[in-house]
Amino acid sequence: MRNHTVHLIRPSGTFAEESGRPARPREAGRMPALLDAGRRATKRQAHRVAAVLALALFCLPLLAQSTIPNNPGRKQTIVLRGGTIVPVTSAPIPNGTLVIENGKIKAFGPAGSVQMPTAAVVLDVSGQFIYPGMIDSGTNVGLVEIDSVAGTVDTTELGDLNANAQAAVAINPHSELIPVTRVNGVTNVVSVPEGGIISGQSALIQMAGWTPKEMIVKAPLAMHIRFPRLRSAPLIDVPQDEEAEKELKKSYTKDVDKLRDILRDAQAYARATGAKVKRVDRDLILEALVPVVEGRLPVIMHANLERDIRAAIQFADEFKLKMILAGAQDVARVIPELKSRNIPVLLGPILAMPQREDDPYDLLFTNAKTLYDNGIKFAIQTSEAQNARNLPYHAGSCAAFGLPKDVALKSITIFPAEIFGVADQIGSIDVGKVANVIVTDGDPLEFRTNVKRVFIGGEEISTDSRHTLLYEKFKARP
Amino acid sequence: MSKTYVIPSVARNLGGWGTRYEHGRTTRAPAPSLTLGMTLLLLALPAFAQERVILIKNATILTITNGRIENGSVLIRGSKIAAVGKDIAAPANAQVIDATGKFVSPGIVDTHSHTAVEGSVNEISLPNTGMVRIADVLTADDISAYRQLAGGTTTALVLHGSANSIGGQSQIVKWKWGHPIAEWPVQGAPRTIKFALGENPKSANFRPPEGTPRQYPATRMGVEEVIRQSFTDARDYMAAWDEYDAKKKRNETAIPPRRDLLMETMADILRGNIDVHSHCYRSDEILMLLNLGDELGFKVRELQHVLEGYKVAREIAAHGTGGGTFIDWWGFKAEAYDATPYNVALMVKNGVLTSVNSDSDELARHLNHDAAKSMKYGGLTEDEALRLNTINPATQLRLEKRIGSIEAGKDADLVIWTGHPLSVYSRVDTTMIEGEILFDRAKDLQQRDALKREKDERLKKEADEAKKDKGGKEKKDA
Repeated sequence: MRNHTVHLIRPSGTFAEESGRPARPREAGRMPALLDAGRRATKRQAHRVAAVLALALFCLPLLAQSTIPNNPGRKQTIVLRGGTIVPVTSAPIPNGTLVIENGKIKAFGPAGSVQMPTAAVVLDVSGQFIYPGMIDSGTNVGLVEIDSVAGTVDTTELGDLNANAQAAVAINPHSELIPVTRVNGVTNVVSVPEGGIISGQSALIQMAGWTPKEMIVKAPLAMHIRFPRLRSAPLIDVPQDEEAEKELKKSYTKDVDKLRDILRDAQAYARATGAKVKRVDRDLILEALVPVVEGRLPVIMHANLERDIRAAIQFADEFKLKMILAGAQDVARVIPELKSRNIPVLLGPILAMPQREDDPYDLLFTNAKTLYDNGIKFAIQTSEAQNARNLPYHAGSCAAFGLPKDVALKSITIFPAEIFGVADQIGSIDVGKVANVIVTDGDPLEFRTNVKRVFIGGEEISTDSRHTLLYEKFKARP
Repeated sequence: MSKTYVIPSVARNLGGWGTRYEHGRTTRAPAPSLTLGMTLLLLALPAFAQERVILIKNATILTITNGRIENGSVLIRGSKIAAVGKDIAAPANAQVIDATGKFVSPGIVDTHSHTAVEGSVNEISLPNTGMVRIADVLTADDISAYRQLAGGTTTALVLHGSANSIGGQSQIVKWKWGHPIAEWPVQGAPRTIKFALGENPKSANFRPPEGTPRQYPATRMGVEEVIRQSFTDARDYMAAWDEYDAKKKRNETAIPPRRDLLMETMADILRGNIDVHSHCYRSDEILMLLNLGDELGFKVRELQHVLEGYKVAREIAAHGTGGGTFIDWWGFKAEAYDATPYNVALMVKNGVLTSVNSDSDELARHLNHDAAKSMKYGGLTEDEALRLNTINPATQLRLEKRIGSIEAGKDADLVIWTGHPLSVYSRVDTTMIEGEILFDRAKDLQQRDALKREKDERLKKEADEAKKDKGGKEKKDA
């Protein structure tokens, strides 16, 4: 094994840090000395920092190349018959027939009502259920293999203003995370860059393909801004002395000014390049921001606390940005502001901790219902990489606390497709859409349900993953 | 025989811990610690106070050890389950809980927690810190304990961290939210200690504090050596005391060896008075520890994390060692890259006493999710899955005669769920510990408005006072 001692630090600003999600697992491994500072809250924060600053001592260059079969590349005509079709956008169809042709959904309906193709692979899925593939609205899939091994982490660029960083160019199509994600029925994810103030551009990808290009559904999908926080999450260690308070405000104001300055520069750049009076030296960062300031590319603002969300909305107003809110733990406190502006929300992670000690214990489980009751468009994100496969359980946990079950399913299928402007392609079983379809033996939001078949782009994908292969291997240990 | 007597320290005894002097050596004795007076007082209490009687009726009772009872009842008297069955008439003085349509399970037992610890969970300074005790730094104001009750978790093993090959002594507690911390430790529960193998004790992922050298060990070789050396030293230490005792018995002049709190701990492990719970990931290090135990004469009660347990499940089972694991966390570091969610099923099928545990304040409030996933990953039955949360972890903690199932005579640690606990759509309505309802969703909802009012009032008062102070100050300045 190569033994370079590379002192690389994974920069801060990950989902884990901003969401209040504990470093996973809490581990309680060796932590820096600041752990001994005393307050439990400090300890938690330090755990998070320690996890984020994980220092890799070994390069593992051979990792991260999956041997799981990829999509076969044959767009066959396939008929699924006998199962219950749950299109999500319309009522379930018992004993339905679904026809896939050229990678698309050609037809579906009750048995007998659908015109059968002359030649097709016919699969009997009686007693089973056909759902659209699920969509995770925020992950790091494709950008990271092993959190603590810096050589496998491509989520977080250095610096604060990385508008030109693109997830799409760094997706590893042969990551082991991809089969692991898709075999639980998650066929699409948004892969999100992390860190800094402007983190970069996300990509909506599908969980099959031999090259990044084959996987990309839409890129850039959005610009990601970690809106500056007045205090780092969670709400602890409120500085008591005015000096410290002043320092915090100063650095906060500096960060917001930085963001404002670069967007103003982008506006000027757009005017200059649009004027065509003379040649303009190109600036790739400003160029990346032009569609943002022109309101063509959505901005996903990551903010959780009420104050930060309000500041982000105000900022979006100032620059007339097309804003989507992500994270959004305090979303119940800003309903009128979101509603009046039609700002959609990417809620999650749901299986996380509220940030204040006196927050209701179920705050994160009830937020989805609050949004639904108020008619605000939302989707659910896991903010995960290795466990984006748990998307259905984040949605299901909202249903345990009052969100109607069918809406929970929509929040991980058609809702994200609508928010991202791809509802004509994915998110439901409808004629003409890409055939991203899963076959299950039950409700996909339930833990005990097995995903029996996965189709992406109309091609049946192996249900093997690193995890099933390890299982098979050791089940057979002599 | 050694002389044992109890130092009557009131503060300690209230907590149920006595400081027992043997040979003039201090050991912690959780069980026989109450002074006679205190014991009599406690025994006399029920005679004065009205004994609590609760009948839960019309519920589906998941007894764990005796199957499922439809339309069943559980009768609680005082802190214990008095009867379980189909037709139990409500005693005249009973509080009756009608749980029609609901499920009752035993409280969830979590064998890996760091909740309710004041300050750092790691005494980070030495490779072996077996002399320190988590019991000394427990705190009753960690809101996470309440949130875990709201997820059905009632008992936990609060562990020292994994920074050292041999860490500190851990403490088994119940989440007795609202009670003084002295009442949280489970009386008579075994003493436990944390060991740790692999990346954490060899400091693979964390930078030492500025200006300090790296701490030994830096390899898995060194981890083994630390444990081997510690037990070797303990054998010498015990021999020295035996020699001293023998001399004294023969009325010879003898100088007692120097008392050493670390060696006392190591000796108590060898005597079987302290259970070892060891953090581990890779199969090689698991075998290393089990074999070392065989050689040096100590047993491992439970392997913690044990993500590669499936590779050596039969060796683990042959040692009578248990395994407490995460169902599906993987890829957060190199030694977690060969994890598979089928680990639980393979361990169970090879006869390993297996539980799912949290190592996280967040996961600890939905451990039922992890148990449920074992039905998907490897096909455990509902009954086997439920055991992962209840009787199995209770047995790992040697508390199977008191908790972990619904049987007459056991502690009334019960959870009432809105549906089957292995469903994503279920949530907890009520959690009780020893017959006392410590989480009640209806009450929690009721109290929210009052709590918010109280908080607002206090904040306003504080702001007013600040304004007044400032006003006064300005006047003075003028």
